[in-house]
Amino acid sequence: MAKAIVEIKNVNKFYGDNHVVKDLDMEIYEGEFLSILGPSGCGKTTTLRMIAGFEQQTDGVITVEGERVENKEPFERNVNTVFQSYALFPHMTVHDNVAYGLKMKKVKKAEIAGRVEDALSMVRLEGFGKRYPAQLSGGQRQRVAIARAIINNPRVLLLDEPLGALDMKLRKQMQIELKNLQKQLGITFVYVTHDQEEALTMSDRIAVMSGGVLEQIGTPAEIYEKPTTKFVADFIGETNLFEAVEAHVRDDGTVCLNAEAGELTGADPRFSAAELVYLSVRPEKTLASESPVTGFSLRGTVRENIYIGTVVKSTVVLQNGQEIRVSSIAGAPVPAAGSARYIHWNPGDAVIIHSKSNTILDLMDSLDLGAYVAGGA
Amino acid sequence: MRKKRKAAAKKYTSRVFSALVYLFLYAPIAVVILFSFNTSRRNVLFEGFTLDWYKQMATNHALLESFGNTLAVAGVSTLIATVIGTLTAIAMFRYKFRGKTIIDLLLYIPVVIPEIVLGIALLSVFSLVHVPLGLGSMIVAHVTFQIPFVVFTVRARLSGFDRSIEEAAMDLGANRVRVLTGITIPIIAPGIVSGAVLAFTLSIDDIIISFFTTGARSTTFPLKIMELVRSGVSPDVYALSTIIILATFVVVLISQISVYKANQRALKSKYKEKQK
Ligand SMILES: Nc1ncnc2c1ncn2[C@@H]1O[C@H](COP(=O)(O)OP(=O)(O)OP(=O)(O)O)[C@@H](O)[C@H]1O
Ligand SMILES: [Mg+2]
Repeated sequence: MAKAIVEIKNVNKFYGDNHVVKDLDMEIYEGEFLSILGPSGCGKTTTLRMIAGFEQQTDGVITVEGERVENKEPFERNVNTVFQSYALFPHMTVHDNVAYGLKMKKVKKAEIAGRVEDALSMVRLEGFGKRYPAQLSGGQRQRVAIARAIINNPRVLLLDEPLGALDMKLRKQMQIELKNLQKQLGITFVYVTHDQEEALTMSDRIAVMSGGVLEQIGTPAEIYEKPTTKFVADFIGETNLFEAVEAHVRDDGTVCLNAEAGELTGADPRFSAAELVYLSVRPEKTLASESPVTGFSLRGTVRENIYIGTVVKSTVVLQNGQEIRVSSIAGAPVPAAGSARYIHWNPGDAVIIHSKSNTILDLMDSLDLGAYVAGGA
Repeated sequence: MRKKRKAAAKKYTSRVFSALVYLFLYAPIAVVILFSFNTSRRNVLFEGFTLDWYKQMATNHALLESFGNTLAVAGVSTLIATVIGTLTAIAMFRYKFRGKTIIDLLLYIPVVIPEIVLGIALLSVFSLVHVPLGLGSMIVAHVTFQIPFVVFTVRARLSGFDRSIEEAAMDLGANRVRVLTGITIPIIAPGIVSGAVLAFTLSIDDIIISFFTTGARSTTFPLKIMELVRSGVSPDVYALSTIIILATFVVVLISQISVYKANQRALKSKYKEKQK
């Protein structure tokens, strides 16, 4: 699994003075479904276009199947793209659209006919060959675009927000179909999206980008449960985020932190006193009790409870004004609005994000000095 | 009841009105056709049916030659202007370069400048560089004023063009030439055709610029008629005009029918889809 098919090493991209992709390092594994997730304008499309060959990186190296690609035209790379706008050829029938890649490769006519049929049936469009793109619905056009790409047997399929133009229901259905198709074909999918739910449900791994920087790459569970940057913690799902300073390690190994809102507790092996950190804890891991809990001094007032099917989302306003979201399973006792509550959590459920000295600590870890630093505190 | 009568009156007036418009448009043409079959030379009264003018026209070498010149100039200049204009439009759509806005502005000049000024300007350039006046110089002159019209129509067609279509073709293995000939040009073909038709029409009935840039032995059909007007137009000119009108009519009819058929086809397949 972990064999890289696409490697991006230290890639930068400038448009004039605009630094759009910054020191990007990323490995894409053979056969995986990798999503590139991030807010609008963060450089997702640019990254994809550099892999496809429509855009040249300013510096750095991109390899596909071990070969450097900077001097290869798009069609010389064993990579195909599905465009957000579908980019079907409007003057050609569905059949001719799908056959185009094979025709360019001078495949024999008889063979083309068979393979087009196979590709169309793979996207469940049998019998649509004679239609023109204008005579298809959005979902059908999307399928043609996919068939047109996969017929070339690429090693990597690049998809730029392929479901962006579809309505919610069709989108959900196509997500499942795309995922199944990827499993069936066994080819690598690089899937650009700004929909985190889509990324979380479909991907083997997710690369989260922000402002041209790769924030974190990992499995959906890693991204959700162990965010390594403040951006990722904030961007993926809902979270309660505290800016805090690490104070000291307690006897039980947990770390005492001081935030503006009060004292909190987390668990983190890496520790340097007085370092500025972020603590992120998901609403479903956040607890609100009637009496104070040791290690925490977060007193607040319940503002409202909202029932959403199986969960109840409560908002607790702390004394410094920060709003804390707590979700609990419906049916469990819910504090009445206006009542006082003490916010806490199981220290192991919180994630501590080292704001700036991340790299230094990583370096120390790799030099095996981590134990010394923690012990010496 | 009153409402009904009002509606009927409305309908009636609108019919009369459109009848008048059509009369106004087509009466002169009808007159030309009618008098091309008139036995009398003077086009005041219709005195009897004859095909003599058609026979006379067929032997009027000067007239036929001028018509041939017109077709040759229009054909060649349209071809050149269409190729140059289309490539210019594509380049301007595709690339950003310095001075693009200036080039943009300069394109409008030949369109808005009085034709007579352009004619004199071209004539002085030709005499400056010693280009002999004739069909060649006239073709160059026509290309000059045709290019902007081709660029404008092609560019209008390109404005809705999705560039990722070209990228998709490259992604699938087409080189730049194949992308241009197999994808871009077929998609913008309607724009190119209407640009060419416009250029052709402009060339065919151009008088002023042709007047300045023509040679002694390369007169065109409009120039010939201008010349004849002084001595009185003879009905063989009507005969040739009638043939031109009919030819135009047939061309328009064919193009309309093909458009209609294409629309019908699209409608039918839509209908089929609905039934499914
Ligand atoms: N051809 C270009 N010339 C100049 N700047 C560009 C060009 N293409 C993109 N950019 C800039 O690069 C940045 C990243 O663009 P990109 O298209 O990669 O974003 P994205 O993450 O795909 O966003 P979205 O989710 O909106 O599609 C943006 O700030 C954009 O303005
Ligand atoms: Mg994008």
